[in-house]
Amino acid sequence: FFTDVKGNLCEDHCILQHSNRICVITLAEAHPLLQNGKTIKNINYQISANCSRLQNKVSGKSKRMQGAQFLTELAPLCRISCSDGEEYTVYSCIRGRLMEVNENILENPSILQEKPSTEGYIAVVLPKFEESKTVTQGLLTQKEYEEVLLKRFNSTS
Amino acid sequence: MFALTEKNKSIAQLLLNTGTCPRCVFRFCCVGLQASYRHPYKDLLRELHEFLEYNKEKEDTFCGEIIDPPCKRSRLENMGEGAEDLNQNGALQETSVADDVDVTMGNPAPKVCNVCLGILQKFCEMDFVKKVCQKVNSSDYQFTSFVFSVSLPPQLSVREHAAWLLVKEEMGKQGLSLAKEDIVQLKDAYKWIIHPLFSEELGVPVDGKSLFEVSVVFAHPETDEDCHFLATVCPDCFKPAKNKQSVFTRMAIIKALDKIKEEDFRKHFPCPPRSPTRICAALEIECTNGAIFVAGRYNKYSRNLPQTPWIIDGERKLESSVEELISEHLMTAFKADSFNFSSSGREDVDVRTLGNGRPFAIELVNPHRIHFTAKEMKELQQKINNSSDKIKVRDLQLVTREAIGHMKEGEEEKTKTYNALIWTDKAIQKEEIAILDDMKELKIDQKTPLRVLHRRPLAVRSRVIHTMKSEYIDDHHFRLRLKTQAGTYIKEFVHGDFGRTKPNIGFLLKRTADILELDVESVDVDWPPSLND
Repeated sequence: FFTDVKGNLCEDHCILQHSNRICVITLAEAHPLLQNGKTIKNINYQISANCSRLQNKVSGKSKRMQGAQFLTELAPLCRISCSDGEEYTVYSCIRGRLMEVNENILENPSILQEKPSTEGYIAVVLPKFEESKTVTQGLLTQKEYEEVLLKRFNSTS
Repeated sequence: MFALTEKNKSIAQLLLNTGTCPRCVFRFCCVGLQASYRHPYKDLLRELHEFLEYNKEKEDTFCGEIIDPPCKRSRLENMGEGAEDLNQNGALQETSVADDVDVTMGNPAPKVCNVCLGILQKFCEMDFVKKVCQKVNSSDYQFTSFVFSVSLPPQLSVREHAAWLLVKEEMGKQGLSLAKEDIVQLKDAYKWIIHPLFSEELGVPVDGKSLFEVSVVFAHPETDEDCHFLATVCPDCFKPAKNKQSVFTRMAIIKALDKIKEEDFRKHFPCPPRSPTRICAALEIECTNGAIFVAGRYNKYSRNLPQTPWIIDGERKLESSVEELISEHLMTAFKADSFNFSSSGREDVDVRTLGNGRPFAIELVNPHRIHFTAKEMKELQQKINNSSDKIKVRDLQLVTREAIGHMKEGEEEKTKTYNALIWTDKAIQKEEIAILDDMKELKIDQKTPLRVLHRRPLAVRSRVIHTMKSEYIDDHHFRLRLKTQAGTYIKEFVHGDFGRTKPNIGFLLKRTADILELDVESVDVDWPPSLND
């Protein structure tokens, strides 16, 4: 888990890593988008005029994934705007090659809120082989994240 | 009848004088009769001398006329050998080569031929044949025929070329010509001589198609530099290649010899070639048997046994594998050097393979034992089955390399039957899962599963679930039998893989589903043939 991404309070991300080093980026439960009353208006993978995460093309077998966009921790993946005018940016959180973005949430944004940790994922990132262990080092475990949530709750109440 | 005729005389004399052995003399005189080469070396040498002596009596000055001035040095050296016959005492005194010391015994040891470097001399003798056969017999191979392969030092081509220029020149004087292709190839002559000897000694026939190969590699370090001048004259023929130890390959040398002008060649290399002091060395004598293929079907009864060794970062995850459990016994029985395992598809480590099992084939590389009766194969199968309760093998049999194609064909085309134990988050009724039974030929789109995405490119693959049959267990569990097109990822079809397989069981049942256990019940490939055992 990565909390308060880019200094934005509560904009928590969740990174699920498979033993084959593949990482799935999702929103964590405390993210404002998943709180009651938010309605997603639009999800945009076009992060700048000439860079769209939808243009990502991965080809080539095995070791060298050709053409994949390389992401740093704070590379934006998409911008999600809500009916209340708020806009949120989802970041990669880890260094690696972008393997895939979830096109399903474009057609059906509600699954992002209904199943944020499964079908409503944001993107799939493959860290470099030599970095596969270290990319997750700065992140929180499930337990640590729960403690953070508890502290937040206590400080507000 | 002696192989040479009157018209060969001048060439025979020239070559003999310049240090060439009788068999090479035959080759340059284009003697095509194999039997001529098989006479004992001593007889050939004596007969050749007699033949030329007879000539000498008739025409006294003949010898002196034909020898070119540049040949003089080697001619004199060589005279030592023929001293008795030619009765030239001066030449005998000049000779200091150790080989010739027993000349006075009337039994001269042969000088090393300047063209074949001893290949058609000592390496045609029984001593060498016996040495090779000893090696063959001690390596304990089963074989019913053999093919003999020889690798000659590449500089022999250079010497052959030089000798050819010499002979061509001599024949030109008589208004004759000699095409290089007309010379009997050294390798051919060698095989004519050596094949019957090996065949006799090993007790099996020579067969060009035999899978059992006896190979000998000859080297002659003393003359390795013979070919180096070609690299300066024809640099474009000698391009370094990654997998070659030296640029002086046989092919490159032949190409260069083909291009080089005669005068350039003569400038750099003596014609006739100088006599060497030593004969070639048989660097390697090796035997190899062609690969043998064994096929069968296997069952896997364990959920923590991978199909092939599972090694991550050089560390083993699990101590064994299907491949090893089967192959270790075959390796012992066939006394092979190594093996290659292949199968019709593969299953995950936690998936069992039941029913008739999954077809597999194993290539055994360089097997020492190759003859197995059906009974012995059955015993071997029994041995594998007794050794582990994690796997079982059936229909174990010897197959051809070609037949393995049947197995790979089936990999993509045929159907497979699975049995899955499925869990759902929300309680489920018998009636609800029954809807799956009515779905026939369900088309699904699978994106490359996340769990293999690190090694397989991202793609959407369309697969067909032919039939499904559900079996209710309790509110949260049911079994599902599926018949699917090969290549379907079943686990992803059940849980949906983050919605990346569509539709999936969770979607069809409108809840979250996951797979707890999976068994392969059949791999519908009708190869290898069933043995009814």
